Amino acid sequence: MTAPLLQAEGLVRRYHQRRGWLGHSVELRAVDGVSLTLEPGRTLGLVGESGCGKSTTGRMVLGLEAPDEGRVTFAGAPMPPPGSRPWRSLRARMQMVFQDPLGALDRRLTIGAQVAEPLTIHGLPDTPERVAELLRGVGLRPDQAARYPHELSGGQRQRAVLARALATDPALLVCDEPISALDVSIQAQVMNLLAEIQERRGVALLFISHDLRAVRQMSHRVAVMYLGRIVEEGEPDAVLHDPAHPYARALVSAIPDPARRGQRIVLQGDPPNPAARPAGCAFHPRCPVAGPRCAVDSPTLKLRPDGRRVACHVAQGEMAPGTGLAEPVRKAA
Amino acid sequence: MLRFLGLRLSRALLTLVLVVSFAFVVLRMSGDPALLIMSADAPPEAIAAFRRAWGLDDPLWVQYFRYFTAILHGDLGNSMRSGQSAINLVAERIPATLALTVPALLIKIGLGIPAGVYAALHRNSIIDRAVMLLAVAGFTVPSFVLGLLLVLLFAVQLGWLPSGGQDSWRHAILPIITMGFGGAAVLARFTRSAMLEVLGQPYMRTALAKGVPWRVAVRWHALPNAAIPTVTIVGFMIGSVLAGAVVVESVFSWPGVGRLLVVAVSNRDLAVVQCILLLVSATMIASNLMVDLLYGVLDPRLRAGAKGNA
Amino acid sequence: MSATTGNTTGNTTGHTAAAPRPRRHRIPPLVLFALGWVALMLAIALLAEWITPYSITALDLRSRLAPPVFLGGTWAHPLGTDELGRDVLSRLITSIRMSLLIAFGAAIIAAVLGVVLGFLAAHFRGLVEQAVLALVDFQAAMPFMILALSVLAFFGNSLLLFVALLGLHGWERYARIARGLAISAGAQGYAAAVKQLGASPWRVYARHVLPNIAATLIVSMTLAFPEIILLESGLSFLGLGVQPPQTSLGNMVGYGREYLTRAPWILLSPSTVIVLTTLSVSLLGDWLRDRLDPTLR
Repeated sequence: MTAPLLQAEGLVRRYHQRRGWLGHSVELRAVDGVSLTLEPGRTLGLVGESGCGKSTTGRMVLGLEAPDEGRVTFAGAPMPPPGSRPWRSLRARMQMVFQDPLGALDRRLTIGAQVAEPLTIHGLPDTPERVAELLRGVGLRPDQAARYPHELSGGQRQRAVLARALATDPALLVCDEPISALDVSIQAQVMNLLAEIQERRGVALLFISHDLRAVRQMSHRVAVMYLGRIVEEGEPDAVLHDPAHPYARALVSAIPDPARRGQRIVLQGDPPNPAARPAGCAFHPRCPVAGPRCAVDSPTLKLRPDGRRVACHVAQGEMAPGTGLAEPVRKAA
Repeated sequence: MLRFLGLRLSRALLTLVLVVSFAFVVLRMSGDPALLIMSADAPPEAIAAFRRAWGLDDPLWVQYFRYFTAILHGDLGNSMRSGQSAINLVAERIPATLALTVPALLIKIGLGIPAGVYAALHRNSIIDRAVMLLAVAGFTVPSFVLGLLLVLLFAVQLGWLPSGGQDSWRHAILPIITMGFGGAAVLARFTRSAMLEVLGQPYMRTALAKGVPWRVAVRWHALPNAAIPTVTIVGFMIGSVLAGAVVVESVFSWPGVGRLLVVAVSNRDLAVVQCILLLVSATMIASNLMVDLLYGVLDPRLRAGAKGNA
Repeated sequence: MSATTGNTTGNTTGHTAAAPRPRRHRIPPLVLFALGWVALMLAIALLAEWITPYSITALDLRSRLAPPVFLGGTWAHPLGTDELGRDVLSRLITSIRMSLLIAFGAAIIAAVLGVVLGFLAAHFRGLVEQAVLALVDFQAAMPFMILALSVLAFFGNSLLLFVALLGLHGWERYARIARGLAISAGAQGYAAAVKQLGASPWRVYARHVLPNIAATLIVSMTLAFPEIILLESGLSFLGLGVQPPQTSLGNMVGYGREYLTRAPWILLSPSTVIVLTTLSVSLLGDWLRDRLDPTLR
């Protein structure tokens, strides 16, 4: 195994939400102790519902936001504080691809000018030839350099964003829901493009999505997040075909799949709210197999014999499956 | 509701303290008052005596503290020109200013709001266009031009009304019209656009679709909602009433606070200027407070105090 | 900001792109008139030195208080003369230049000040933002006329100070706009994207945010311009603005007021210019706003 390109250990991000004008401030843990590792040229898929903290994790990994606890190491060096000079020059090595390509592009500048911008910023040659080469690399025509963002289609815009992100030849690309704003027919094209770029350039991808099938197709490893924590991590085939964690099982069962028979698991209880995190295992109020221990004892991520890591007492074989807990036990404030 | 009130009150007080401090800072920054008043070639002993008399040779924080306690006691110093108490000088001018501004305010509200509502309800009618034209005129014709034109017409050409002074009620007519016209125009324009916006809202369409008669829908849905932004403008008008009085009183030689301010500014009579500045701020803050409270009555959502800061 | 204005400001790359032409609208006649009038005023202001028939201080004691041509005067003084026999037309031309100069200077100062403060608030957030917002609230709550008068009382008067003082008028509006737009651009939009490319804040604000909000700023400047003209002329009318021997439109009205009965023309010509100019600029502003940025109100 190669040395990891990116290592995140115990990342915690809290936000403070104030109720009313002078009201009590409520602490909201968007990310609550996430660790992950990514090797060069590999893809880690990060899945979960909206609000589970996957985008915040992506932003912390990139150093766009400083974690409240934990640390990020990139290529063996700690992440400099956001906005500092070393942080700015590190941007050449790590880039982000956004969900909304139209919003991520400046609508007053041509595509060519915007693709050239990272080159200018980092003091690289920003000739029209280089821009044309970058555009060709993402499947755009060089003459489209003269176009403005609103003159391109959604898929073409995402390709332009990709060309801009790849301009400085980064080692890491964080893709935050890169396909969810696109038409279904375009989604496959963009995913193929990403895979092809990875093969060609050996760039590592952190692929954040709520789309399990996209994640399965793209990733070498998959991590499932629930309320700011990773609950299961492993090979995509294992995690997404035979999930061990009850939450991952429920997620997977929600994909319509004619080949797979069996019941769709419908989750009970409140949708997750990071401002009112349940005690013990955060998933226990909605878990069909929760037992009394789950309301008290928070499971940690442990390696199972089959090579994946799971945070669940039942899945770790430490506890017989329960029948669910009717009343959720709230953590005392 | 009580917390809402307390919050607004404390914010109003804070603003007042800010204004007082601002006046003090600007006062001290503006140079040596002794030299300003006494003229540079006055004998040095006289200047020193002046400084002692006004406490200008004490440390700055002592002066600030003294200044603040004096204001709390209602003492705003004496006019550096006439030696009279500044607060008395200003107070005796207030009735004259009120005699103009209160009727003018009534004209603004009594003419502007109905005209705006009518124009909005009869959009693109002749009256609507006339109101809009007058509204534009009210905004672009400065009050001193309007006042002088009125004098030219009614006093010089026709000889119906006096051109200036304060001897009888007839002297007040032209200044009141001058003051009221601009404000009425602004208010009409504003009320019209507030009404038009409300009339286009989904709840109006819903009410009409439900079969609520037009009159009833306007009376119970449109007017109360359009009142909220209109109240803001009226509040601002009440607060800035003195600013309008400055020019109009000067045009008509009306001996009110505004005229006093202009004279004090050209004489650099700082105590009087500062006194009027505080008076204006207090009016402004009081009217803002009133608007905030009225909001609470008109819009129940704001009562919770969840108003944004943008 | 409509996308159709993409080629007005941002295109600094030298690509002669096939940028979309703005759709042609028919210009309403009133706006056409306003454009013409503003153009005339600008031409007069620029050419003032060459087109004034007399020096503004030249006395013609033989024809004092001469009426203008249309009231039976002669072409020697088309708009008549004042009490000292000074040519009203010459004074008017010089005044137009002075008033426009002051208004332009003040509008630019206000815009620069407001945009810088708004960007600072958006960039640093926290305490800086609170301080800027408190200043904005204070400025918006005080009637500017009174503030201006107190500053004039405290600091005395000079032309430079006067322009700077008027430049404080309306900065809070630009600050609000700049802050709001910069924050929304930085939250998820293009500004955040450029920032994570490694761009310096200077680059983000100057090359990306500013061109994107320029249309909105220009519209608000046009809407604020008449207010500045009115303020300037009001203060000068009161004798607290531009000081003789220099002259401005408000100054002329204030002077002409003394001769209201005997020579109303001294006052009527600058009054007409003030009214037509403010009217034209605000018509233009409304029209620009409707075309470029209907979200402003």
